[in-house]
Amino acid sequence: MRRDIIKHPDSRPSTSFWGRLGRVGTIGESRGKKGRIGVTIPPNGFIKDIEACGIAGLININGKRENGSRAVDMITTMTDRENGLGAGFACYGLFPDMADFYCIQLLLDDEVAKEKVEEYLKKVGNIVKDEEVFTTPVKGMHGPYPLIWRFFMEIPPSLVQGSPHIESEDDYMVDVIMHINVRINGAFCMSSGRNMAVFKGNGWSFEIAEFYDLRERYEGYMWLAHSRFPTNTPGWWGGAHPFNILDWSLCHNGEITSYGTNKRYVEMWGYKCTLLTDSEVVTYIWDLLCRKHGLPKLIASMAMAPRYFEDISLLTEDQKKVAKALRMTYGRAMINGPFSILVGTNRPNPSMIALTDRKKLRPMIAGISDDGNTAFAASEECALNRVGDMGEVWAPITGNPVIAQLYKGIVWKGTEKQFEGKNLRMEV
Amino acid sequence: MAEHEITIDALDKDGNPLRYWVLNEKIHDAADSGAKHIIVKDVLGQRFIADCMEHSDVKIDIHGTPGNDLGVFLSGPTIEVFGSCEDQTGNTMNAGTIIVHGNAWDVTGLAARNGKIFVRGDGGYRIGIHMKEYLEQKPIIVYGGQVKEFFGEYMAGGILVALGLRIRNGSVEDVSAKEVVRGSIGSGIHGGTIYIRGEVPEHALGVSATLCSFTEDDLSLLTPILEEFCEYFDIPIEKIWEREIKKIAPSSSRPYGSYYNPRTV
Repeated sequence: MRRDIIKHPDSRPSTSFWGRLGRVGTIGESRGKKGRIGVTIPPNGFIKDIEACGIAGLININGKRENGSRAVDMITTMTDRENGLGAGFACYGLFPDMADFYCIQLLLDDEVAKEKVEEYLKKVGNIVKDEEVFTTPVKGMHGPYPLIWRFFMEIPPSLVQGSPHIESEDDYMVDVIMHINVRINGAFCMSSGRNMAVFKGNGWSFEIAEFYDLRERYEGYMWLAHSRFPTNTPGWWGGAHPFNILDWSLCHNGEITSYGTNKRYVEMWGYKCTLLTDSEVVTYIWDLLCRKHGLPKLIASMAMAPRYFEDISLLTEDQKKVAKALRMTYGRAMINGPFSILVGTNRPNPSMIALTDRKKLRPMIAGISDDGNTAFAASEECALNRVGDMGEVWAPITGNPVIAQLYKGIVWKGTEKQFEGKNLRMEV
Repeated sequence: MAEHEITIDALDKDGNPLRYWVLNEKIHDAADSGAKHIIVKDVLGQRFIADCMEHSDVKIDIHGTPGNDLGVFLSGPTIEVFGSCEDQTGNTMNAGTIIVHGNAWDVTGLAARNGKIFVRGDGGYRIGIHMKEYLEQKPIIVYGGQVKEFFGEYMAGGILVALGLRIRNGSVEDVSAKEVVRGSIGSGIHGGTIYIRGEVPEHALGVSATLCSFTEDDLSLLTPILEEFCEYFDIPIEKIWEREIKKIAPSSSRPYGSYYNPRTV
């Protein structure tokens, strides 16, 4: 009986993954070349590219706000790392006049979805201002284009009620975002932080930059950028990086093999993973550990990329206690698999964090400009050299974060020994 | 000599970096047309520079930051980089020399089969992974500075050196002996030799990597290599001999032999 169902590849329903790419033997097209799939063009419809995600970020330590030009230059220099299936930027210090309000930036299918979101947001808080986000069609970029809208929100304290997991307006906001992403058809929340926004989409990094006019239109003291080479999950608007919750943004290069464990862990705290990609969960872990549990960023990094037990056995007794406690408490927040991530946040202080996995299976390089005003991190050194006169450039140690903070500089270089002295109590 | 020298600009007319295949085409064309000295300016992240090139009398100068896989499958030329390299420098190289006046980060000399790589500065992870040797074909990688974990991972042959020096504009200093290498040195090594000018604690050694005594034979093997290094970066060789050099060799030619089938060893 079973043989009848799968007797021929052509019997696969055309709505399946394979159906969309074309059946073996049928005429298909790949990069402008037509041919019979599996005969003269490759079976999955693609031509192999030697690429991987690219990440880049910069923070002006002196607080100078700059437009997106340097961030765009950095990420487009590494264009060999992307394949045109997603790119995005996060800008911090974007709305100094509206810094008290949450800025919710949404991808929307149409006006109907926008009205539904507006109706919902009116119910859960006050909309202070709303506007369409500027976009311009880009030649060669695949449609359809979404409608992109931003709402500035404030949450009256009376609405923040004491359900078990809601302790603050931030918790309340997380629930609002989760509701939009899960329940409202045709709407997707790109970013929801204060004084920041995420601009992302399905295209090459230079296309996305042009689509949102990032080189000219916006100014911020910190920029993160990502160009995508999707490996395990589809390339689509929502799945582009940076991922965001409140003002935590995350660009990721790699694969999270512990996704299932991490996902169930954050779900217990009310986060819902809806974006079909492993990187999303890491954003929620940062929010959970740093905002909700109040861990310093350095300790949170140690929980996500903990030392091996062989390494821990070499520490002094009191350091061992801390290291073991972290591994035991946050076993399910540990990120396994190859990754290098770039994280941006506004809390408690605006900071950029760069972190790699413990075996250094993805590239990461950090640097500081010659004048000491700007800290950089990127997948490749060429991105750094493209945009500035570099002073020191260094490779951070695996599982050891680089933390650059506004007005303070490089507060953690990623080459120091973790678990030593006052380091653990640092308030960054 | 003059007609044999060609300068190539790696930027296009708008000041953006050329795509790697365009730049590489120009470099290969120059070498094929008889140029003996090719100067490439403003390199910014272009990959696979001089890939598979076989002209052993060609010298390529690179100014800027070459991208990943510089000199991949290189079979003869000399490449001198005035700047830092990214990852996989000298990937599966067959012959030739790469000199780097800067840093060369992760996976340098990946699966190299012959040739030499000299780096003035620091290195990253997995340098010399699965380097191999056969008869007189013996790849050599020398780092002037520090290197990180998995130095010589799965190494099958050749010579790897980390000197722990900070070489800057004519000045030479030692870095702390504790910080020359990090853990998992030579993990899975089953051929070749690693030399480290610094401390090598027992726990930093990887599977099957063993500390051996540094003998007269090692000295005579290393001397010409280090002389060449000192010549490129203009430092006195006496400085190198000031600190003891540790030698690491494999304890077994098949370290994982019993890993999957305990009865095989």
